[in-house]
Amino acid sequence: MSYRADPIDKTFFSAERTDDLAVVGTVVQRSDALGHVTGRTRFFEDLAPPDLLHLKMFRSQRHHARFSNLDLAAALATPGVVRILTAADIPNNLYTPLKLIGVGPDDEPILAEDTVRYLGDPICAVLAETEAAAYQAVGRITVDYTDLPAVFDVEEALAEGAPIVNEYHGRNYFSYEGHHCRRVRFGDVEQAFAEADHVFEWRYQSAPIEHAPTETTGCIVVPQPDGRLRIHSDTQACFFTLDNTALILRTPFNKLRIVGGTVGGGFGGKVDVVVEPVACVASMLTDRPVKFVYSRYEEMQVSSPRAAERIYIKDAVRADGRITGRKITLYVDAGAYARHSPYGTTKAAAHLPGPYTIPNVWVDAHCVFTNRTPSSAMRGFGVTIADFALESQMDRIARALAMDPLRLRLINAYRDGDLKAHRKVAEGTALVEVIQKAAAMVGHELPEAYRRMSSTSREATSREGA
Amino acid sequence: MAMLRGRGYASVNYPTGMNLGGDPSQALIHATTTGTFVISLSSVDLGQGLTTVVAQCAAETLGLPFGNILVDTADTDTGPHCMGTFASRGTHRVGNAVIMAAREAREVMLEVAAEELEVDAADLETDGTGFITLVGSDQKKIHITDLALAAHFKHGRTISGRGIFLKEPSGVVPETGEMDPDSCQAHACTVAVVEVDDETGVVEVLELHNAYEVGRAINPAMASQQVEGGAWMGMSHALFETTEPYYPDRDHGPTDFSEYLMPGPADIPALHSAFLERPAGNGPYGAKGIGEMTANAPIPAIANAIFDACGVRLERMPFTPERVLRGLDALRGPA
Amino acid sequence: MPAQIVSLVVNGRSQEFIARPGSTLLGSLRDSLGLMAAKRGCAQGSCGTCTVLLDGAPVPSCLVAVETVDGRSVRTLEGVARDGRLDEVQSAFIDGFATQCGFCTAGMIMVAEALLDRDRDPSRADVVEAISGNVCRCTGYEPIVAAILEAARRRRDRAPGAAPAAAGAAPAAAGSTG
Repeated sequence: MSYRADPIDKTFFSAERTDDLAVVGTVVQRSDALGHVTGRTRFFEDLAPPDLLHLKMFRSQRHHARFSNLDLAAALATPGVVRILTAADIPNNLYTPLKLIGVGPDDEPILAEDTVRYLGDPICAVLAETEAAAYQAVGRITVDYTDLPAVFDVEEALAEGAPIVNEYHGRNYFSYEGHHCRRVRFGDVEQAFAEADHVFEWRYQSAPIEHAPTETTGCIVVPQPDGRLRIHSDTQACFFTLDNTALILRTPFNKLRIVGGTVGGGFGGKVDVVVEPVACVASMLTDRPVKFVYSRYEEMQVSSPRAAERIYIKDAVRADGRITGRKITLYVDAGAYARHSPYGTTKAAAHLPGPYTIPNVWVDAHCVFTNRTPSSAMRGFGVTIADFALESQMDRIARALAMDPLRLRLINAYRDGDLKAHRKVAEGTALVEVIQKAAAMVGHELPEAYRRMSSTSREATSREGA
Repeated sequence: MAMLRGRGYASVNYPTGMNLGGDPSQALIHATTTGTFVISLSSVDLGQGLTTVVAQCAAETLGLPFGNILVDTADTDTGPHCMGTFASRGTHRVGNAVIMAAREAREVMLEVAAEELEVDAADLETDGTGFITLVGSDQKKIHITDLALAAHFKHGRTISGRGIFLKEPSGVVPETGEMDPDSCQAHACTVAVVEVDDETGVVEVLELHNAYEVGRAINPAMASQQVEGGAWMGMSHALFETTEPYYPDRDHGPTDFSEYLMPGPADIPALHSAFLERPAGNGPYGAKGIGEMTANAPIPAIANAIFDACGVRLERMPFTPERVLRGLDALRGPA
Repeated sequence: MPAQIVSLVVNGRSQEFIARPGSTLLGSLRDSLGLMAAKRGCAQGSCGTCTVLLDGAPVPSCLVAVETVDGRSVRTLEGVARDGRLDEVQSAFIDGFATQCGFCTAGMIMVAEALLDRDRDPSRADVVEAISGNVCRCTGYEPIVAAILEAARRRRDRAPGAAPAAAGAAPAAAGSTG
């Protein structure tokens, strides 16, 4: 028995592909399978250094508040508690992970100074000999909150007079070169609407979605014989984590070593650098190994999810099914901190208007701050929810025109040489072919003209549309 | 009181690489004195199988058996820089870096073999079983194990190589959005067949048919793993998943797996998938990234199938029974 | 409540360790006995990654107070291979590409072992029910179901007294670290 690898249909693009490879293109055993089935694969938490301290976080119980009178006395008196870290212990307490690629400002504290901006925002870190002692101590910490107005809806957040979520931005949107959103302007959509046979406008909405990996986020930091720190982490990006951590610690980069590479599910949820910095500070201050691993509750409600998105799509459509204009307003709910959302919103703008050649495109993509768990990268970042909207929209257009949904897509599908809305020339396209293949797989009849279409040229459609 | 069946379609593409580029990865390869080639990386395998795929690329480039390749990764002390595993960049960037390193190592390997066999390096080939042979000859050959030993102890040569792949970073023209976001695009079309229970609003996904164009499936079984796992995740996103069921209200957020619903093994639809390959000029043996995209097309395909089944257009994710029932109520009009 | 000495027969060997109050079976296996295959995915019994066999039956070891199982027998993934030979479930998981990240694998294999120990010819529905308490986020479950059914088939086909056939549907790499 071998795994039923799905067949490769070599009748498509036969002139462009070859079968002269010996190892690439063959089914070989996964190099990690043996370790998984014997239980010998080492995940970060399978390391058990002696003298280990456990770090558990005391987190905000409010959506948006100032806090004061943080009382750690009862927590410190808990048997087994060694130390409690606060903002004052963090050398460089403000960061944003994208600073490594020049995106700013720094807008997120590792530990809150006097303000919390989402339910779960970390305030102080308890270090104890056992997890139980750490959790017990966390439960004994008290603080006084003064609630601030909070905003949870993206369009309300952008409205005049909305409470400011993050004063490091000073406004509830990420500023793209001084502008309130990422823009795409291609052709003239208003002209297209004026000339269209049909104008369709619909709205789509998603809610935050969790990566929910079976292994939660975490790391173990171990002081090394040479005075450096070795960080065992389930990060998806070793150097990205190392560099950000070094900046937060204000240490030379070569003081840190990240070891990992075995991740119990990532899906984009383990690139936010949320556990390593504070665990390193803890290890440096106590000179002991420190483990900081998220509980399932933290993974579910505190770790970043996929952003909720609200998308308005307005289309100008000709009677023959050609979409001549597409206007999209996208709101990405970044939550309380930027994390990777400014990047994801740009990526979304690059993906719009979808894999179709539309001569007039207008996009305003907003990265909006609200008082909720900061969202960040997840499998299909910037694209997944957009595809839900775009492909629902195509279906609705097809229905409105009483047109076959695959024919509508084939007519509008991009081809090699077409100019995309972001002005890149399309190449290596294959939307036409995957539609043709899927149609054949389910017995969806396509007329000959559509079966003859090709990504390499638009000849078939120009005959069709004439 | 009926079970209503419907079919829906979705066609999508997905970019390979970190948006706008600027995400390099490096690879180093060296031969041990006994003919094993060690690939040194700092890249992270999340379970999608990067370490297997890059080993296949190296074996192909070197012309050696897959079993001669060792991958040593995810240690920042020993592996050169890799931007990380995200944006469907792993196979593409790390694969390309490994191929570049393997090419350099192969060149040295053939040079040393040429010296050992006293022939021209240009007349040598690898037979894929571990031998470097003179083209057209049965006799003039040397096994990589002997060659690696000779290179190190007799010739003082390093059979090793260095590789890097970088798509140069570029910016966005703010006023127009003009940009160069990706290295290539993969494609997919999904057809979903669903059944809607018009009394309970429960949607069951019966079938998912997927056609994926991936450039080149380096390991077809592992490409299938992505399609299959992603189809499940897309279905899960579509029907169940959210941390805020009353978004934008934050109440009643699930806190664990008993509350965060996902389909179980009894909910799996029949899956029929096929691959197309249109090799990308800049991909490792033409491969494009597919790790992320596989959850995408199923979601609107299911939304469209629900509409086909019962006339309810769901504009909000997830497509819960409550939303289906409210949609049916709206269609039926006031009682 | 004082710490107490707990005795378990783990994978056929007698083990003794000191259990602090509140220790779970999972915590004891991992922290006291160094058996790391069983994972801690949720510590709430709702993900299945901690599944081990207690007197042959699958239990969420994160919810078992270890002092309540003093004297009982426990089987973990570390005890499945015999003399370095993988059993049919392990081989079928490899051949069937039933692993991706691997974090759910230990729990999946242990429920499969328990199922096949009591039912040599389970139906697909039996397999689905057996693994319904185990979360997998990567594979979509189908290859796991198929691998367990295949393992049952291979075990039924095995001649009495013979060792399980090795995994080997596809070529293997030399190996990888990290």
